[in-house]
Amino acid sequence: MKILVCISHVPDTTSKINFINDDSQFDTNGVQFVINPNDEFGLTRAIWFQEQQGATVTVVNVGGPETEPTLRKALAIGANEAIRIHANPTDGFFVAKQLAEVIKAGGYDLIIAGKESLDYNGGMVPGMIAGILGYNFLNSCVAITVERTSIKAAREIDGGKETVSTTFPLIIGGQKGLVEEKDLRIPNMRGIMTARTKTLTILEPIDAPSETKAVKFEKPAPKSAVKLISADNLDELINLLHNEAKVI
Amino acid sequence: MSIILYAESAEGKFKKVALELASYAKKVAASLGTTVTAVTINIEDVSELSKYGVDKILKVTDAKLAGFTAKAYADVIKQAVEKESAKLVLLSSTTDSLYLAPLVAVTLDAGFASNVVGLPVSLSPFQVKRTAFSNKAFNTTEISTAVKVLSLSKNSYGIFENASTATEEVFSPVISDADFGIKIESLEKASGKVTIADADIVVSAGRGLKGPENWGMIEDLASVLGAATACSKPVSDLGWRPHGEHVGQTGKPVSTNLYIAIGISGAIQHIAGINASKVKVVINTDPEAPFFKVADYGVVGDAFEIVPKLIEKFRAFKSQNS
Repeated sequence: MKILVCISHVPDTTSKINFINDDSQFDTNGVQFVINPNDEFGLTRAIWFQEQQGATVTVVNVGGPETEPTLRKALAIGANEAIRIHANPTDGFFVAKQLAEVIKAGGYDLIIAGKESLDYNGGMVPGMIAGILGYNFLNSCVAITVERTSIKAAREIDGGKETVSTTFPLIIGGQKGLVEEKDLRIPNMRGIMTARTKTLTILEPIDAPSETKAVKFEKPAPKSAVKLISADNLDELINLLHNEAKVI
Repeated sequence: MSIILYAESAEGKFKKVALELASYAKKVAASLGTTVTAVTINIEDVSELSKYGVDKILKVTDAKLAGFTAKAYADVIKQAVEKESAKLVLLSSTTDSLYLAPLVAVTLDAGFASNVVGLPVSLSPFQVKRTAFSNKAFNTTEISTAVKVLSLSKNSYGIFENASTATEEVFSPVISDADFGIKIESLEKASGKVTIADADIVVSAGRGLKGPENWGMIEDLASVLGAATACSKPVSDLGWRPHGEHVGQTGKPVSTNLYIAIGISGAIQHIAGINASKVKVVINTDPEAPFFKVADYGVVGDAFEIVPKLIEKFRAFKSQNS
């Protein structure tokens, strides 16, 4: 089984979000970058396939040289090799076109991407790759098992879970549930050492248009102070929710 | 530049997000000087849509579409867009619609923007405002393709009545067997429970509740308010509550009218996930809890004393006001 895990390089979830250049660009100053959490669940699931069923795991990212530490971390966690497509990930469609090209060339059976990245929150790359290649696609995937060529998987639906069966080639938009938080791997010293000698291939991008453009960013307006209500006067809370906020 | 929307339904009824989408479409159509067409799948009575300004309804009825299969549904929407020469395709932000949207966009060579809040900022060039960085920022996105796909954030526009006379047309797109590479085997869904996605009110609790055995009062409070229950990440990691209830940056996003946080301190990741909610109430023993900085209303005190009292007071309120 050949697995490709698509990795986004995103600000750590605790990062302060600021913008520069006339609010047109994210300010990376002092920001710690990590493997996108939704991708990390998928990466760990892929490593399990590697350890238990002999799969090979390649990780891929579209980005500049500054994203390589994130790919090295994925290698330290256990991926066999890495690919970096040397391009600025301008929009979801552009990224999907680049990844589709790598997938066609590599003949992967299973492609695992996060259902969305925690920076742009576009949520479109896995679905677009599936559309471009005509592969099977399961979004919000919370479980997957493979037995020979038969695949059982589950996706989260509003208020529950749907179990499906499908076949390779398959693309999933992964999230927590593929593995649990406690299962996530932290690179150990041996992993970090071997990661240094693993192959990281740099590919030039193919020509593809961007269909969308992030023009401007802004932060939400500051919030007015909380209204405190005494625990002995809960009628006031109900009154405010009814008459002021008008939500009950 | 006519507009097409997919009117999502459950158990034979349109979801509220479909009515919000119709209200939104009507407003955008008015500024573009065009009409609104809705696509419905396996719904008998579609008349409700004409209350919200829909001009034309393409009714699709096909047994093959009984379960939600993203590729097949995307194919239906694509053919409807082509038939109507629509230029703007509107979807909601439910799990199903977010699954559909990129498939629809890519088959139509259309640019796609998700998490859209509010009306377009500009029609030419076409720009919309959307949330990014997990609700910690807004982002204005320009779409340059001829056909555009948007998914509208729940509760970001509202539902507005706008009576119209909608013409109904039976629409029979070609549905290929190749669309069914994903086969539905079974469905687990708690019946009769309000889901976080559909709820107007969400009652959420955290580690302050001390253990899963204390969730009875949270469920009681939710049931009095007709609310969904949710929880913080530590609570779901500890296995006190099912994963589906975990809200926050790596869990479910919540954009509801009223979010009540009980015994949740308000880590930045939690706040990011629920910040799109309109009104936030916090109940916590610690007045320094970060949640007080983002809440609209706060009560400092012990949840074990406050929640039972609130249940009684809300019950009394409901019986007077219903």
